[in-house]
Amino acid sequence: MADNETLGEQLRRQGISRRSFLKFCAATTSLMALPPTMVSAVAAALEKARRPSVIWLSFQECTGCTESLTRSHSPTLESLIFGAISLDYHHTLQACAGHFAEHLRTEVIDKHPGEYLVLVDGSIPTRDDGVYSTIAGMTNVQILEETAAQAAAVIAVGTCAAFGGLPHADPNPTGAVPVSDIITDKPIINVSGCPPIPTVITGVLAHYLTFGGIPELDELGRPLMFYGDSIHDRCYRRPFYDKGLFAKTFDDAGARDGWCLYELGCKGPTTHNACATVKWNEGTSFPIESGHPCLGCSEPDFWDAGSFYNPLSAPIGDSSDWAAPAIAAGAAAGAALGLYGRRHKADAEARREPLTARDLEDKS
Amino acid sequence: MSGIELLNWARGPGLQIAGAVFVIGVIVRLAAILLLGRKTDLSRPREGAMWPGLRTVLTRSIPDAGTFRRSPLVFIAGYVFHLGFLLTLLFYAPHILLLKSVTGLEWPGLPVSLIDVLAVLSITALVALFINRLIDPVRRHLSRCGDWLALLVTVLPLVTGYLALNRMLLPYTDMLAWHILSVELLLVVFPFSKLMHTFSFVLARWYNGAIAGRKGVQV
Amino acid sequence: MSGKLERGLNTLKAQIDAPMAAFFSSCVHCGVCAHACLFYTETGDPKYTPIYKLEPMRRVWQQEYSFWGKLARALGLSKPVTDQELADWEELVYDSCTLCGRCSLVCPVGNDITYMIRRMREGMVAAGHAPKGLKQVTVRTVEIGSPMGITPETLRKQAAHAEQDAGLPVPLDVAGADYLLLLSANETMVFTDTLPALTRIFHQAGVSWTLSSEAYEATNAGIQIGSSDIAAELVQRIVSAAEKLKVKYVISPECGHAYTALRWEGPNLIGRPYPFEVIHVAELLDQLRAEGRLKLDSRETGRLSFHDPCQMVRRGGVIEQPRRLLDQVAEDFVEMPDAGIHNWCCGGGGGVSANERAVPLRRRAFHRKKEQLDGLQLTTLVTSCANCRDMLEDGLEYYDMDIEVKGLADLLAEHLAESEPGAQGGEQS
Repeated sequence: MADNETLGEQLRRQGISRRSFLKFCAATTSLMALPPTMVSAVAAALEKARRPSVIWLSFQECTGCTESLTRSHSPTLESLIFGAISLDYHHTLQACAGHFAEHLRTEVIDKHPGEYLVLVDGSIPTRDDGVYSTIAGMTNVQILEETAAQAAAVIAVGTCAAFGGLPHADPNPTGAVPVSDIITDKPIINVSGCPPIPTVITGVLAHYLTFGGIPELDELGRPLMFYGDSIHDRCYRRPFYDKGLFAKTFDDAGARDGWCLYELGCKGPTTHNACATVKWNEGTSFPIESGHPCLGCSEPDFWDAGSFYNPLSAPIGDSSDWAAPAIAAGAAAGAALGLYGRRHKADAEARREPLTARDLEDKS
Repeated sequence: MSGIELLNWARGPGLQIAGAVFVIGVIVRLAAILLLGRKTDLSRPREGAMWPGLRTVLTRSIPDAGTFRRSPLVFIAGYVFHLGFLLTLLFYAPHILLLKSVTGLEWPGLPVSLIDVLAVLSITALVALFINRLIDPVRRHLSRCGDWLALLVTVLPLVTGYLALNRMLLPYTDMLAWHILSVELLLVVFPFSKLMHTFSFVLARWYNGAIAGRKGVQV
Repeated sequence: MSGKLERGLNTLKAQIDAPMAAFFSSCVHCGVCAHACLFYTETGDPKYTPIYKLEPMRRVWQQEYSFWGKLARALGLSKPVTDQELADWEELVYDSCTLCGRCSLVCPVGNDITYMIRRMREGMVAAGHAPKGLKQVTVRTVEIGSPMGITPETLRKQAAHAEQDAGLPVPLDVAGADYLLLLSANETMVFTDTLPALTRIFHQAGVSWTLSSEAYEATNAGIQIGSSDIAAELVQRIVSAAEKLKVKYVISPECGHAYTALRWEGPNLIGRPYPFEVIHVAELLDQLRAEGRLKLDSRETGRLSFHDPCQMVRRGGVIEQPRRLLDQVAEDFVEMPDAGIHNWCCGGGGGVSANERAVPLRRRAFHRKKEQLDGLQLTTLVTSCANCRDMLEDGLEYYDMDIEVKGLADLLAEHLAESEPGAQGGEQS
């Protein structure tokens, strides 16, 4: 539980060296795309930061976001950030259960109104009064509304919380909606991705701790520092795209030579995320580097944007679904209109009175 | 609606609606022309009609020297626009993928740098034709709303396509969405406008060539 | 709506067929046709743009045969074509169009604009909007038999003159002859050298031919004014006479639109193919030349050029024959710029020459021909259409140009070798 200890005090108490703290600050600064001269400012700010309480709400989710976060935990510097916050409520990670766990949540709300952060993963079902996901007798909508009411800010972690994600995909049986559909009076930071990059989750928290506010967001509420560029813009395979060198199949020479995966359905050009720069698994690689096209998982409705393996320029859906009926309808309508025109013309011909010389004699 | 949602709509329902309107509209227009029919010519032909008709379909693409000299801008800009438009439409790699998904056919594309130049040339030609339509007495006299509308819906896909290709003005996702939407506008306007000449010119040239051809005149 | 307007609009509706619809659908308003029309090039007035002359008919097409046009009309968004509109268009459709077909040759989308104007005239005349002069000529042709009021009596007299001039008999109403020769009114009354010239040529070549006192007039004012009914009546006279005389061929004389009327429109007008063939006199003369039956013994020393009659060349397909014939007699033949199917009209075809109101405009348009001829330093301009010949003489005089105009047959006859007739086995009586 959060106390009044600053982050700097806590680090020193835990025996973390100044050197490793500064290393962390340098990494965070670079992650946030700030100039290196800002490292000391970031360090100073972080040192004075108070550990805020954090409530992590899990709704219609797969725990992939939590998995992603925990994969990065230990022993990297990101773990520091988890020491730097007070994670007071998290289904998967908390030890306690039942009423006591729920009590912890309400206690934070009561004790630190306007100061705690709410992190949400998963989408919120709204159909049939939200019965499709309940915790301790409360629907997700109720829990979210109650918890967010006194929060300083809400961070929607993962595409489900940010945009609805998989549960929201057609036909959306539970009426799943993103956090932003329920909470409209609090700042919301969307950290999208399926799952989001762990470093990006921690980076957003670090920014919040450092600057005490909401970072600059794009039109979809995502921090621009991580989501400002498209995968395509930062992709190391971009030169192949520019040269028109495309892998046609997953096992052709082009694929082996690392050519662009556009034709295999890569959504990199319209996907905004930091995969191509921050990468995954401690900077090891990202999907395109492993030879798979980008799915566009950090964008809304990526499940509904057609096959993952359809090129971006190809239509969503099977064109034979509408083309053949359209041709048939056109032929039927064309035949009808054409025959009507024919009859119209024949009528005019039948009505025509032959012209004679007498018609031409000027009566004037 | 965010850029990506707009894009998904454009690539999905938008394209289906516009595609259906286009396909139905074009078939209806062509059927309405052809089903009107014409009377069998009873005069004794000097030559056949079919072959001269087909020849005219091709040869009318090239003006005679005198005609070219009398309206050079219309012909030069017309050529540049039509070729630029067709080449960018048919030989830009992402477009080929689109056409492949609809037709199942595939062919090699042109380098992006060339597509870029072709788009600029094509847009320039349309602008020249637009200005010429404003100032040339004949073309101004002939112009009606449909002519300006046709110019607009034709230039929009070129401009948005160029801007998307070069990551200009709007984020790529948004520009790509607007590009596809502008193409959909073109498809919807197409059957109800003079853009129909894209198909009906074949009939017009054939009739002209066939009528003259059976008299022994190659036009 | 007045009866006449309704009749006119109904006729326009009936005239729209697949080619018309294809043409209207294809026009992109590029304006290229304007530059192919001598009425535009010589006046610079955009209203003379060929496709613009069809505007009322385009509206009829749109309102009657297109879904949106019909809808717009039903909703009152587009107004029907008015009588005033047709009246306003009369000048464009008749005075400033000779049906020369040059626009049909250049249209990038391939519109046969001449075909369209020809059809539009059907509606115009039905609505009562045809030029007075052309109406009078049409009435005369129907009622008397010729635009110049030539009666069978007049023809007999002219034939007698020709017999005197040629010193040879001019066969009239000879049943069983191979060829029935028609004449244009101009040839019967004005260019009276033509009949003696042909008489001499045919005599020398041993051609079996005749005139008919029932069908001597080749011109067809019905085609010009745009009335298929009247045109059919006039064609039927010739067909009946030809069938009565049992000829194998009917010779279309040196008259452009007569050739179009008889050769290309005729069978469609009367609704059946002919039991005989129609041959243009230049085609026949060229055949005679090829068979060695046309013997010439002198050449024209002055500089010659050939004016292509639109209906014979561009719209008729008789292109090389006059040139091959001129090659036999001309020492100094030059082609004018745009010669052949791209040649420019004399300005008086398609009924314009019968329309007094159009005289100033036609003379202005003749400036195009003047420009073509300027610098060629011609002595003689040969043509193969009596109407062109008339218009050329008028235009050259108007522009003060000292060039002699001659008919093709007249010129050939001047250089005819004086040899015994029928040396090739002819059996001229």
